[in-house]
Amino acid sequence: MTPLSGRSARPMRFILRSLASTDHKVIGLMYAVTSLFFLLVGFALVILIRWQLAYPGEPLPLVGELLGVANTPGGIVLPEFYNQLGAMHGTIMVFLGVVPLAVGAFGNYIVPLQIGAAEMAFPRLNLASYWFYLAGGLVMLSSFVVPGGAANNGWTSYAPLSDLAPGMGQTMWLVGMLFIIFSSLLGALNFITTIIQLRAPGLTWFRLPFFVWAQFVTSFLLLLAFPALQAAAILQAMDRLAGTSFFLPTGLAVAGQPLAVAGGGNALLWQHLFWFLGHPEVYVLILPAMGIVAEVVTNNTRKPLWGYRLMVYSVFVLGFLSFIVWAHHMFLTGMGTSVSAFFQATTMIISIPSVVILSSLVLSLYGGSIRFSTPMLFALAFLPMFGLGGLTGLPLGLAATDIPLHDTNYVVAHFHYLVAPGTIFALFAGIYYWFPRVTGRTMNDTLGRIHFVGSLICMNVIFMPMFIQGLAGVNRRLWDGGESYAHAQNVLALNIPMAHAAFALAFFQLFFIVNLVLSAIRGRPADGNPWRSTTLEWSAAGAPVRAFRGPYEYSVPGATTDFSPQGEQ
Amino acid sequence: MEIPYTTDVRPDTGLTNPKLGIWMFLASEVMLFGSLFSAYALLRSGDVFWPDQSAVVSVPLATLNTIVLISSSVTMVLAWVALGSGRATVADEPFESRAARIGRFRIFMGLTLALGAVFLGIKAFEYSDKLSHGLMPATNNFLGLYFTMTGLHALHVVGGMMVNAYLLGPGTRLWTMDPRRFANRIEVAGIYWHFVDVVWIFLFPVLYLL
Repeated sequence: MTPLSGRSARPMRFILRSLASTDHKVIGLMYAVTSLFFLLVGFALVILIRWQLAYPGEPLPLVGELLGVANTPGGIVLPEFYNQLGAMHGTIMVFLGVVPLAVGAFGNYIVPLQIGAAEMAFPRLNLASYWFYLAGGLVMLSSFVVPGGAANNGWTSYAPLSDLAPGMGQTMWLVGMLFIIFSSLLGALNFITTIIQLRAPGLTWFRLPFFVWAQFVTSFLLLLAFPALQAAAILQAMDRLAGTSFFLPTGLAVAGQPLAVAGGGNALLWQHLFWFLGHPEVYVLILPAMGIVAEVVTNNTRKPLWGYRLMVYSVFVLGFLSFIVWAHHMFLTGMGTSVSAFFQATTMIISIPSVVILSSLVLSLYGGSIRFSTPMLFALAFLPMFGLGGLTGLPLGLAATDIPLHDTNYVVAHFHYLVAPGTIFALFAGIYYWFPRVTGRTMNDTLGRIHFVGSLICMNVIFMPMFIQGLAGVNRRLWDGGESYAHAQNVLALNIPMAHAAFALAFFQLFFIVNLVLSAIRGRPADGNPWRSTTLEWSAAGAPVRAFRGPYEYSVPGATTDFSPQGEQ
Repeated sequence: MEIPYTTDVRPDTGLTNPKLGIWMFLASEVMLFGSLFSAYALLRSGDVFWPDQSAVVSVPLATLNTIVLISSSVTMVLAWVALGSGRATVADEPFESRAARIGRFRIFMGLTLALGAVFLGIKAFEYSDKLSHGLMPATNNFLGLYFTMTGLHALHVVGGMMVNAYLLGPGTRLWTMDPRRFANRIEVAGIYWHFVDVVWIFLFPVLYLL
């Protein structure tokens, strides 16, 4: 049943066979392995960043000599290299780590099982999607070793800086993005078709688990928002390679010299196109996480999801509104107060469905007999952490309060609370929760709890001080962490505990990695439904699938067990 | 493993998987070209020196190309009609009738491919004419957008022609095994081909006439 059981004696052949498999479970696992690798790479980059911010100009211990004379002469991080680290940390984490894990891995593995489909609608497109993702990732990684290094214009690649950046790094970033966009386009249309067409008999729309709804809306966001960045990447590639000036305004001068280009371009065009993708992308990061938490919470409270239909309607409203909030990232550009007013209003409105979903998840806990399993701990931590990230976003959605906070560490803290102890915790919850479904074994609980407590404490020690620094006016993307600014002096010392918490966070991830590998080989064998769950992915494999009831029929009065599986009459 | 609804319509949605898939793909394509058209609108409205477009590009050639591309859409539909428009009864027809159908299909699909090639030929002539007069993408933003947008459209034409060439060549084997499924493939390829046509119908007035 599991793809792991098909492992041959020769690992190379096993890998090659996996790379050519059109089985949604194998593709899901390959997405999982690849995206976890990229999460590790993105994390390694930020470890270097945190060292540099805490001890600016001091040589990096251990790895300083290994990163190349062009990047770290004598072990000291050069400002140019620091910019590469920042830009690539964001790019790798968002586009190669979190989204492929949340959508590519969990979506591919779990969605067909939860809707009782034997396969995705287009298995070969599914494999192509993984290949494009891998190609995009390899292009991004290899850009570190080309002359001039990787892209160093921030993960948002704002023009005209990115247009005029020397070296090949930025061009490779654009090519890599085009691969990743094509990958998610193929994945998204596959998910939408699969969910609409391949639901098992009896599985009506309102019997779908919330996780499937979340993936469904996420796919529409990927499908319709990503092409804007595709267009932007094509236009910027033309600017860089064919000498056009789409993003270069007339009269632009660099180092006191007027540029020899036709001009007439518009730098804000890049920002509009980027954020037209960028904001729905935020919800691409969040919605699958909410879906996972909904599954884990209902399973571990042994209660139906509170407000299931309300949550489904909210997730649709959220998806729709996410297309008309993008310019709240651009209040500082002087778009005009009437445009700002529109985007402020939509931003305030979009917080309503977000709060509805989060409140429903919290209310689902009320009156439940909660099992504090490892996945549940991560899901429980998700709720306040995500709430903190969401609420601190409100001041950023209003122009008056955004203008002093824009581009400070406050912004960094806000979205990291959403994505790190928010989404990534939900993804951990999903891994611990579905691990027995994938391997037939349970992950070790003690190691899981150490991983959980360590990660929760370290993440807060890293991100909480960023709010303080940001409110003091310390900008993000500063090579010296703000050492040369008078207003930053009072909060500079915070960088040191933040750095050590980042190193400790890395240490606690070892418990996860060891747990993942050891449990896959020698973990405690689990039966077919170890969490006593209702949804279809835990039904006996091989039997024809049919759904008889809604997804969260826990503790039904009069039933013999406290869970009534969807697939059993 | 048999995936349901690849050929048969799912009763409650009224769709086959490939048809839904291609419409989703085209929704994404609308957003891609829509973003480029938006970029065009923003750059043109913000630029004080926009050239007189029809003086730079050739309206007669583009008109001819519009006719060529619309004709290719018509032959594409006729190729699908020749196969019986995806009707289930085609499989029960006598051998001679089905042989006549694939014969007519080959003619219309061949015409579609030929018209696509004519379109690309005229486009290539237009490009070389511009470049030989020193009109480069870098000359001004109108020419930049002209080359970018028509270039991306031409790539879509090439992609559609590759699919059509496959369906005319090795792809026809499916006709003998599963005629309905083959006709559905032609329909899906046709939906894409019509979309490429529609994009041109927007590009033509925006880049040549306005």
